[in-house]
Amino acid sequence: MSSPLSRDEVAHVARLARLKLTNEELDLFTEQLGAVLEHATDMQSLNLEGVVPTAHPFGLINVVRADVVRPSLDHQAVMAMAPDVEDGRFAVPRIMGEAP
Amino acid sequence: MTTAVAIAQRVQSGESSAVAELEVSLEVIRSRNEELNVFLHVDEDGARAMAKQVDHVVASGSNAGPLAGVPIAIKDNLCQTGVPTTCSSRILEGWRPPYNATVIERLVAAGAVPVGKTNLDEFAMGSSTENSAYGPTRNPLDPSRVPGGSSGGSAAAVAAGMTSIALGSDTGGSIRQPAALCGLVGVKPTYGLVSRYGLIAFASSLDQIGPLTKTVTDAALVLEVIAGHDPMDSTSLPEPAPSLMAHLNDGVAGKRVGLVRELIEGADEEVVASVHRAVDVLRDGGATIVELSIPELHLGLSAYYLIAPAEASSNLARYDGVRYGLRVDADDVAAMNEATRTMGFGAEVKRRIMLGTYALSAGYFDAYYGQALKVRTRMIEAFRSAYLEADLLIGATTPGVAFTFGSKTNDPMAMYLNDVFTIPTNLAGDPAVSVPFGTGEAGLPIGVQLLGPGRSEAMLLAAARVLEVGDGRS
Repeated sequence: MSSPLSRDEVAHVARLARLKLTNEELDLFTEQLGAVLEHATDMQSLNLEGVVPTAHPFGLINVVRADVVRPSLDHQAVMAMAPDVEDGRFAVPRIMGEAP
Repeated sequence: MTTAVAIAQRVQSGESSAVAELEVSLEVIRSRNEELNVFLHVDEDGARAMAKQVDHVVASGSNAGPLAGVPIAIKDNLCQTGVPTTCSSRILEGWRPPYNATVIERLVAAGAVPVGKTNLDEFAMGSSTENSAYGPTRNPLDPSRVPGGSSGGSAAAVAAGMTSIALGSDTGGSIRQPAALCGLVGVKPTYGLVSRYGLIAFASSLDQIGPLTKTVTDAALVLEVIAGHDPMDSTSLPEPAPSLMAHLNDGVAGKRVGLVRELIEGADEEVVASVHRAVDVLRDGGATIVELSIPELHLGLSAYYLIAPAEASSNLARYDGVRYGLRVDADDVAAMNEATRTMGFGAEVKRRIMLGTYALSAGYFDAYYGQALKVRTRMIEAFRSAYLEADLLIGATTPGVAFTFGSKTNDPMAMYLNDVFTIPTNLAGDPAVSVPFGTGEAGLPIGVQLLGPGRSEAMLLAAARVLEVGDGRS
């Protein structure tokens, strides 16, 4: 039985998800994800024309808090858990290439 | 058997102390944790300080709360200030949350003493606790078998007598399934009844926190403490905690109980037999039994394994090595993100992130995620119809008793099928209770599941209590 998704598609999805897969993982995931999608075909054969999708069980909408100032998490406590900090901000490796 | 109710009574009356009760708990943890791998972190010093505080309140003549001095085990996907919280993942190794989950605040305010953080399947993705980066937890009733999952550590803590009560989280059965496999009561509350603030998100439209306990009474007590509106969770129901203890002995007289064919179909013979015996006990208690079929339940697994991974792929995007947790250094930020996530996540988490990313990607969105959301609507409508004919539903919690290590790890679909009876209620947002009833292979416990419409916890716990008495457990 051919898998509903190809090895190339799995590699593409891995890039989207910022994951690096080994060749073995690519083969394994192609097969395993295929099995889950194969199981989902029971759902795809249904005629659900006009059925309203449910994203949330009770449909609470536009929940907002009162517009009053209140304390946030302690800045130092939050930064203390960061992998790298510079001048009280999160530090990361370079984002763009070096200037020429 | 030591219950939370008994401990709180002893501590409040002065017959015992919170510090003494904590030492009992720590002693059992010391003697069995190495073998069973239940706790990833035991917060001895923090727990002692909290226990002393409880004793101080009692000594001053005040009421220390309904859980006065009761040690409780906390699933390690719940944030507790300053206490290592890993979600059983390398990606959060060493992280100490700067805030408490609302449930922790409420437990401590009620006098409970959190003793430590319990093992789980990484990011609560799994049904056996084999997916933990810190090794599997063993079932205290038979260490060659899994405790279930993903709240396997919390279930094992209570089953081993390390604590009398524990908190877990349930996205597709992660409280009820381990409760069933370890012979405990497990409650998945109505979506929104318990605040998710401080619960590390897996699938936000499905996740709920709930108790794992030895008795129905303890489950009601813990749920009363942690339930009720919280402004810090925008999906929290805008209403106070329901009264549960007061209704525990309401019984089932006059209730219509629906025995659902799809909730026992494919289960082992001994499990089906237990459900039928439970039905007899409810009938003897004055309930009317109606046999129902809800064919839409068959679609639950497919919908769940698209919706939950889709939400997870979005929720877990935050683990990028920038603000907390693991960072694997690389030359630029994109390479750092990828190296960090590749090193930090285990296979099952990667599998689900991949599945969710695929289901949400351009070209497949409508066919998979969109279709799953419509199936979810169908599921909700099907339950609504069933609740016109019955007040509550009954079925099995799991297809069989606790399985052995490795028996399902190489076939994710086989593992996912273990959740087939528990998933539908999460999709519907409704509550369900697993209660031990009878035993099967090798004398291992069997869980019977009671399901009800939203906000029916009091009725479900009263019915669970009837089964507890009927099974000779109380």
